Amino acid sequence: MEALGLLLHGFAVLLTWKTLVLMMVGLVLGIFVGVLPGLGGPNGVAILLPLTFTMDPTSAIVMLSCIYWGALFGGAITSILFNIPGEAWSVATTFDGYPMAQQGRAAEALTAAFTSSFVGSLVAVLLITFLAPMISSFALKFGPPEFFAVYLLTFCSFVGLGREAKHKTVISMSLGLLLAGIGMDTVSGSLRMTFGSPELLRGINFLVAVIGLFGISEILLTMEERLALRGHAASISLRVVLGVWKDLPKYWVTLLRSSFIGCWLGITPGGAIAASFMGYNLAKRFAKEPEGFGKGRIEGVFAPETAAHASGTSALLPMLALGIPGSGTAAILLGGLMVWGLNPGPLLFVEHKDFVWGLIASMYLGNVVGLVLVLTTVPIFASILRVPFAAVAPMIVVSCAIGAYAIQNAMFDIWLMLGFGVVGYVFKKIGIPLAPFTLALVLGNRAEDAFRLSMIGSGGTLKVFWSNGLVGSITTLAILLLFWPVIDNLLARVGLTHGTRATSP
Amino acid sequence: MRILVKGVGAAMALLLSTPAVAAWEPTKPVEIVVAAGAGGASDQMARMMQAAIQKNNLMKQPMVVSLKGGASGAEALMYMKSSEGDPNKVLIAYSLIYMLPLSAKIPFNWRELTPVSVVALDQFVLWDNSAGPKTLKDFVAAAKAASAPFKMGGTGSKREDHVLTVFLEQKTGAKFSYLPYKSGGEAATQLVGNHTEANVNNPSENLEVWRAGQVRPLCVFDRERIAYTTKVTDTQSWADIPTCKEEGVDVQYLMLRAMFLPGKVTPEQQAFYVDLFHKVTQTAEYKDYMEKQALKPIFLSGKDMVQFLEEDDALNKSLMTEAGFVAK
Repeated sequence: MEALGLLLHGFAVLLTWKTLVLMMVGLVLGIFVGVLPGLGGPNGVAILLPLTFTMDPTSAIVMLSCIYWGALFGGAITSILFNIPGEAWSVATTFDGYPMAQQGRAAEALTAAFTSSFVGSLVAVLLITFLAPMISSFALKFGPPEFFAVYLLTFCSFVGLGREAKHKTVISMSLGLLLAGIGMDTVSGSLRMTFGSPELLRGINFLVAVIGLFGISEILLTMEERLALRGHAASISLRVVLGVWKDLPKYWVTLLRSSFIGCWLGITPGGAIAASFMGYNLAKRFAKEPEGFGKGRIEGVFAPETAAHASGTSALLPMLALGIPGSGTAAILLGGLMVWGLNPGPLLFVEHKDFVWGLIASMYLGNVVGLVLVLTTVPIFASILRVPFAAVAPMIVVSCAIGAYAIQNAMFDIWLMLGFGVVGYVFKKIGIPLAPFTLALVLGNRAEDAFRLSMIGSGGTLKVFWSNGLVGSITTLAILLLFWPVIDNLLARVGLTHGTRATSP
Repeated sequence: MRILVKGVGAAMALLLSTPAVAAWEPTKPVEIVVAAGAGGASDQMARMMQAAIQKNNLMKQPMVVSLKGGASGAEALMYMKSSEGDPNKVLIAYSLIYMLPLSAKIPFNWRELTPVSVVALDQFVLWDNSAGPKTLKDFVAAAKAASAPFKMGGTGSKREDHVLTVFLEQKTGAKFSYLPYKSGGEAATQLVGNHTEANVNNPSENLEVWRAGQVRPLCVFDRERIAYTTKVTDTQSWADIPTCKEEGVDVQYLMLRAMFLPGKVTPEQQAFYVDLFHKVTQTAEYKDYMEKQALKPIFLSGKDMVQFLEEDDALNKSLMTEAGFVAK
């Protein structure tokens, strides 16, 4: 195997004391920026990028990618402990992670999140190692109709597979789509719904909305119900970690399914977010007791985390092989590569073998070292829950505000975040799910652009969504998923399946 | 390592050659504002400058790149406009300063900012897939003969790529469907994947896919050929690409890359940055970058720059009006 030889060579490049120290430093910095909501991976990498200008490219990219891994691990911590997703793809982790923490199972949830991140990344790295050239040519097959079909699939799987009342999901999603339309419309080149306000030019930033919807609204609810964070310090020890690991094989189907979804969506830009939601929804649909989801099922942490990290990792592949960044952080790493005189593109794998394989080897090492590092620090993070609510709540609000401000350096975003906090509180009170809203807010623009570009290209006919095997099968699958409750009932009636407890009356 | 040594060498040379420090100096980190997304041509240039300044010790304060590509770059323009009197922010501008106020009615006028210097001119090239027609003549003939209009990929709507497409239509009589993508990188991969028939990307945006033999340059939209004669692919250099005029289609467009400070800064502050960016254009990093990305080197400041901007503005305005892109 040529790949294996090159990979071993990559390890040889890496295994020096200097690189290992840089790796540790990167991971610790990454976890730190990941824990602060809003700061997150892209900002962390951007702030630290200039530090690496004087290093050689391999050391620099190892340190930067370790910040990235660290931030990925760190993002799960706030999602689980405080219901505040640090990155877009951590949103689905809060659904079951936060209830687990409230039940006093914070350590278990954190261990599950870290372990599944590790599994997801590992599968993706293996894929990159052995299938890189094949996969990058697959990404080229995606034109506007294919992109739209993938987004449609994500939206439809939400409506068809979610357990909330369908009309509430649709209401929530429509509101999200509406807000996503604010700002510059790239297809026509004119402004929409900005009402002459320069603050609205930028549109509504997804992370600002998420920090408000989840974080601030949670504080409001807690203030109303009980002035304490529920859940007390779980007994944290090696036993908890080993306990979670012992149960891991039971969930192999979930892990495998999520890894597959993650890798598949990771190579199409923006796929990590779609992947985490889809992983969660499918796990819920195929579970034996779907009722437990949303109330603290460990599978509800495994599924989205595995998918998000499989796609987050495989998102680096199109960046290296085609020069298209799959995520915000990947985009900044891309900027870094160019500073060091490396031009991502089809020839990078041929002309800079040392660098590429050093990076891939660092993905393996960074993940292993990162896992050990975060697991040993779980007790420290989980103990935050023992601090009285009165002391910790102001700190959360302040760090949310800093996070919202830091995304675009705009004071207006802090007001927006507070506004979304109230919206989130009202939504929770009247039982409208928040997840479809956030999904529509983050994917709405891209879905719209992809749809309109498909229409321009095809001269306005919808047939373009069935114009080849790839786009045709994704679109058909999307429509099947949308009407899945109906189809499932019909199948049950003719006796083909037992029918999974029908969701629509 | 080699780059590092070179950088240190250049720094030493500069330290020995430059006279005493300018009267004013930034006391806070300087923000270089990019009016485009991460990884685009403006971002790459900003990061090159950041590296050149840091490696050659051209400024005591650090320089940070701040991406304000929201609303197709309008975010950066409004940000600069509202930072009046702040000498720690520099905008790296391109033709959007003329075009956005016209097409999207953004309340912005570049005359409200303080011009520092024009640092480069960027080219536009017509590219097609390497499996497509081999010359501009064949390409135009194929576009005319096609049953559905050829798809032309580009960045943004009612901007330089779109304007070029309209003029190409006017001069050749062929019809194109213009697909506005989010970045030049995306337009490049979409062409490689055969989702579009052509694009009018800057050299830097298509460089890597050209080297990989996936796209073919048909012609460059300039009066003369690009000057760089070093081989980029196995057989061709930038200078081997014919101009569109040579091929019988007289369409020309060059895009400025220029630095601006916010309005109402002092002449000393302006002088510091004119000097700083002049030094940047002398560094090895800048020179390498210009050749690699096939940019035209230029350095204008003071009156020359204002005159250039006024002429360029008038030209862009007439092109936009003729293309029908000015919002009513």
